Amino acid sequence: MSTTNNEKGIVPAHHFDSVAQEEDAGIQGIWLFLATEVLMFGGLFVAYAIFRGMYPEMFHHASKYLDTKLGALNTLVLIASSYSMASAVRSTQKGDTQKSFNLILITIACALIFMTVKYFEYTHKFHEGLFPGANFSHPGADKHLGLFFGLYFVMTGLHAIHITVGVGLMVWLLIRIKRGDFSPHYFIPVDAVGLYWHIVDIIWIFLFPLLYLIG
Amino acid sequence: MSAGTNYLTHSKGLKSWLFTLDHKRIGLLYLGAVATFFLVGGFFGLLIRLELLSPTKIFMSSDVYNRVMTLHGSVMVFMVVIPGIPAVLGNFFLPIMIGAKDVAFPRLNLLSWYLLMLGASIAVLSILLGGVDTGWTFYTPYSMKSADAVTTIVTGAFIMGFSSILTGLNFIVTIHKLRAPGMTMMRMPLFCWSLYATAIIQIVATPVLAITLLLLIAERVFGIGFFDASVGGDPVLFQHFFWFYSHPAVYIMILPSMGIISEVICTFSRKTIFGYKAIALSSVAISLIGFFVWGHHLFVSGQSELAGAIFAILTVLVGVPTAIKLFNWTATMYQGSIKLDTPMLYAMSFMALFLIGGLTGIFLAAMAVDVQLHDTYFVVAHFHYTMVGGVFMGMMAGLFYWIPKMSGHMYNEFWGRVSAVLVFIGFNMTFIPQFIMGSRGMPRRYHLYDPKFASFHIASTIGSWVIGLGFLVAMITIFKAMRSGKAAPANPWGGTTLEWTTSSPPIHENFEETPVITGRPYEYN
Repeated sequence: MSTTNNEKGIVPAHHFDSVAQEEDAGIQGIWLFLATEVLMFGGLFVAYAIFRGMYPEMFHHASKYLDTKLGALNTLVLIASSYSMASAVRSTQKGDTQKSFNLILITIACALIFMTVKYFEYTHKFHEGLFPGANFSHPGADKHLGLFFGLYFVMTGLHAIHITVGVGLMVWLLIRIKRGDFSPHYFIPVDAVGLYWHIVDIIWIFLFPLLYLIG
Repeated sequence: MSAGTNYLTHSKGLKSWLFTLDHKRIGLLYLGAVATFFLVGGFFGLLIRLELLSPTKIFMSSDVYNRVMTLHGSVMVFMVVIPGIPAVLGNFFLPIMIGAKDVAFPRLNLLSWYLLMLGASIAVLSILLGGVDTGWTFYTPYSMKSADAVTTIVTGAFIMGFSSILTGLNFIVTIHKLRAPGMTMMRMPLFCWSLYATAIIQIVATPVLAITLLLLIAERVFGIGFFDASVGGDPVLFQHFFWFYSHPAVYIMILPSMGIISEVICTFSRKTIFGYKAIALSSVAISLIGFFVWGHHLFVSGQSELAGAIFAILTVLVGVPTAIKLFNWTATMYQGSIKLDTPMLYAMSFMALFLIGGLTGIFLAAMAVDVQLHDTYFVVAHFHYTMVGGVFMGMMAGLFYWIPKMSGHMYNEFWGRVSAVLVFIGFNMTFIPQFIMGSRGMPRRYHLYDPKFASFHIASTIGSWVIGLGFLVAMITIFKAMRSGKAAPANPWGGTTLEWTTSSPPIHENFEETPVITGRPYEYN
């Protein structure tokens, strides 16, 4: 194998000439992946725009069924988690892996708080009969409200799936940190998961006002 | 590494293939998969044609016919022509042609293959569950109500979409980060440019397909109402979403094929490509304009006339970069020293058939004409002229061109040429009658039809047997060249691109040492 060791003793994968080239490739790959995430959610935002254009009053009315306080709490929790994640990346770059470990733990805790709040929101909606689309059964309400809840559950549901995947990725980071994989010379996976986590947060930053705050 | 080994003998055993990270071996894994899917899809196609020999039922009930038609379309689109060229030939040759040792993310590359296999298995499961009768486009509202295994096949297509996204992502990063010293973007072979343009579409359009199919699944499972008019949703929204992906997707299919044609035309005309920059950038232009033409599928779906007019104009615009390519290829051949080997025969078939496919596309882009031709056999014929006349001709040209490099054996030239001639004749016999009957009002997807169309259908069915025979001869010829045949020299065709500078078959790391590039490709003169 014609691999070249650089001065820090980190060996690039066999098809790269240098660690820098490998890092560049990794980061570009992550950004492209994030672009696909934006486009996937983009479809949902388009659907939202179309249906809101068709039924502006219904959207206005329907959003009153959402709990703004819980939504705001979750927004704060996710913003805090973005801060702890960004700090975790910084700590890894500076070589403080213990601190990085703790910060990722805090991020995971935030994600779990978010999911718990979401759980209570969802069960409350189910209890009220605020089901998506055809299954909508809230007494006395316009059946078109079901369309709003179709959007609500699909958008927040797909987002929640992304949060769950993020928790899995962070647990994987914790294991690798414990194994001593990362150093100031090699931290692409931490950086990558960090970027992923921020995009998931940003999507929520758009979901919150569009769903909760239009009433 | 011992001397004298190549990528095929580098390591041995089934496990060395199933867990390989070598882009060349992964290319061959894809080749095996796509060839199998092609046989399945082709078999269903021949069954359809056989049933249509008579205006009345021969051996299939209408329900069975609808399922066979759906399977032919779904298998061919999602499992053959989309992964076909990029995943097989792109995987094998993109890294070699830019002087790299592998793609940027080899493990992701292997994962993409497994995702295709998983998605395909789930799609095939839908056959065991009784099949799907919606057509490959899964239009709502019918796809919401159909009692068939729609959810299963759509889940399969959803997973295969991720395979396509990850392949595109891998190729873009490979092209940006792994070019050999001196290999500037403007020195890349045109096949690489076409893969680059394809990868842009794969990354930008496929996520929209993913969400569309996810919404269709959610509609069937949870009744979310997006496409359900009874709760205020809009079934036509599905068509918009679907074609926002699926129209650019036809450029995912055709662009790599055009890339192969550029390579083959140059090599077998012994001429520098005419208009390198124009061909390279027209690929990117097609991929960009291609995003803004999806509305031409909805001319009769209640879309506003203004929207229709805009989409019509944009659609005709795609013809410009496409024509640029055809004119440049013709100019390349002019006064060249042309050799009519099998790859060149397929490339010339491409030029003739794709010209017809492209021109009939202009008919369909004209709104008033489309009202008459919409959902007729004219559309079926147009689509097959671009997909078979375009994609498959390019794929066959590429396979015959590169099989000596991939396997280290020459194929049998006589049988290669026979296959090219058979496919060309059979193809025109099958689809020219479809243009005629379509323009006279024969609707597509019909099982039983007006007897006045019977003679066209009979000609078409006989033609389908000739195509079937042609592809069978081609597949056997290629398969034999995979295993045996005259040993291939490093550069059997006198090509000028990098893959011809390494041994046939290439060594595990592609090159003994990283090549340094000092000029443009195709410097024959």
